[in-house]
Amino acid sequence: MAPPSNRRPGFDRKAQYGLFASYVIAIGVALAGVLMLVISIADPVGFSALRSAGAEITRPVAANLKSVILGIGNADDAISAYINAGSQNAALRRQVDGNRTKLIEAEAIKQENIRLKRLLRLTEMESDVVGSAHLISSTAGSAARIARIDIGQGRGVQAGMPVRAPEGLIGRVLHVGPNTADVLMIIDEGNVVPVRRTSDNIPGISRGRGDGTVEIRALNTERNPFKPGDIVVTSGIGGLYRPNIPVAIVARLEADKAVAIPLANPGRIELAMVQRPYQAQTPAEAGAPVPAEGASPAAASNSAAP
Amino acid sequence: MNGYSTTRIARPRHVLQIRGTPVLAVMIGSMLASALPIIAQVPLLPPFGLMIFVAWRLIRADIWPLWIGLPLGLFDDIMSGQPLGSAVLLWTLILLGLDLEHQRNFWRDYWHDWLIGGLSIAFALLGGWLFVHLSGNGGSVVQILPQIAYSIGLLPLIVRICAALDRWRLP
Repeated sequence: MAPPSNRRPGFDRKAQYGLFASYVIAIGVALAGVLMLVISIADPVGFSALRSAGAEITRPVAANLKSVILGIGNADDAISAYINAGSQNAALRRQVDGNRTKLIEAEAIKQENIRLKRLLRLTEMESDVVGSAHLISSTAGSAARIARIDIGQGRGVQAGMPVRAPEGLIGRVLHVGPNTADVLMIIDEGNVVPVRRTSDNIPGISRGRGDGTVEIRALNTERNPFKPGDIVVTSGIGGLYRPNIPVAIVARLEADKAVAIPLANPGRIELAMVQRPYQAQTPAEAGAPVPAEGASPAAASNSAAP
Repeated sequence: MNGYSTTRIARPRHVLQIRGTPVLAVMIGSMLASALPIIAQVPLLPPFGLMIFVAWRLIRADIWPLWIGLPLGLFDDIMSGQPLGSAVLLWTLILLGLDLEHQRNFWRDYWHDWLIGGLSIAFALLGGWLFVHLSGNGGSVVQILPQIAYSIGLLPLIVRICAALDRWRLP
């Protein structure tokens, strides 16, 4: 089938000029696109007002769909709980009896811990959580790995704040709107996290690979020191991320780096916590908002000490 | 003459329904990725906004003025999380390319449409990956290849949906 086209003006001079003008405008639009690209690549937070306006539009839909999906996902648990009520009751009763003694012991240990910490003057600031949020959507169609949470400026969230789940680190806030915030996840290539291995404090750098995994490079050793099964946590070097947040577990080795799987699977976690940026003790390290590339030389020099 | 009987032919349509349906369809497609509660670890969803955009262009060659890439592309960029300007540039280039192709090959069929639509989608996704990569984010290019493949596979379905919308919007 050959559809008629109004882009074949024939001998009509006026139509020919109109066609020419439309091509000129199209090229102008393309150039405007290039200009916007250059600005947004040079300054990634430059257009955040536009982005957060868009985020506010889709927030109610995404947040409500999320609760529907979680409700459906929990329905089978609720039904099976009814069916197994009798046997489950007996099992739980035994478990409670066992747990009670452990709970008392744990309480005693906790008290002792507080007392010892007070002796050592190691009391940390516990009020580091800005707010808890749900992950409501993500850039599922784009190559960038950015997730969106359902709290924003209204609850005190600011760009650069770290975001974690109980299971481990998720990422850091990229830009903030009134009621939403975009989080650059640790699985994105642009997110670099200073880490250490839990067993022997070997310092390293974690960087996303964009496919749901992160790569970990050791900072000051020639050989690749990692083994599959190693767990890395944040080291706190360079500020921003508080120390000892679980990051990833090493899955396999590749030449001079290790490929690791994040411990917090963003697709499965229900609640995320936005934290205040961590300020290291020495004034030289404090106040660096982004640990990205600038953090690695500082991390390398500091890591020689332990 | 009196009243509009049960016939669907020549029933009066509001101009907003005729002009607005394609635009609204593309905008809803663009919003889909950020409205669905999916926390993707890889590029997972097809670029619905772009696919609906290309599908309308395949059904009606003269539906989009050449400047439409500015508003619709900008909206898509805001929603998709790409660097702003990415879709503005890529969609305008796709329109220009399809226009040029339309002048060369006037006669077309189903496979021809699928081919040029698929090429447009592959071009847009690769370009989008490049711009994300230039801004220092994303990952390797390998992981958008499956996305390109099933987006091209889904295109005829999107064209069918747009064709149904086209029958609904026109008198």
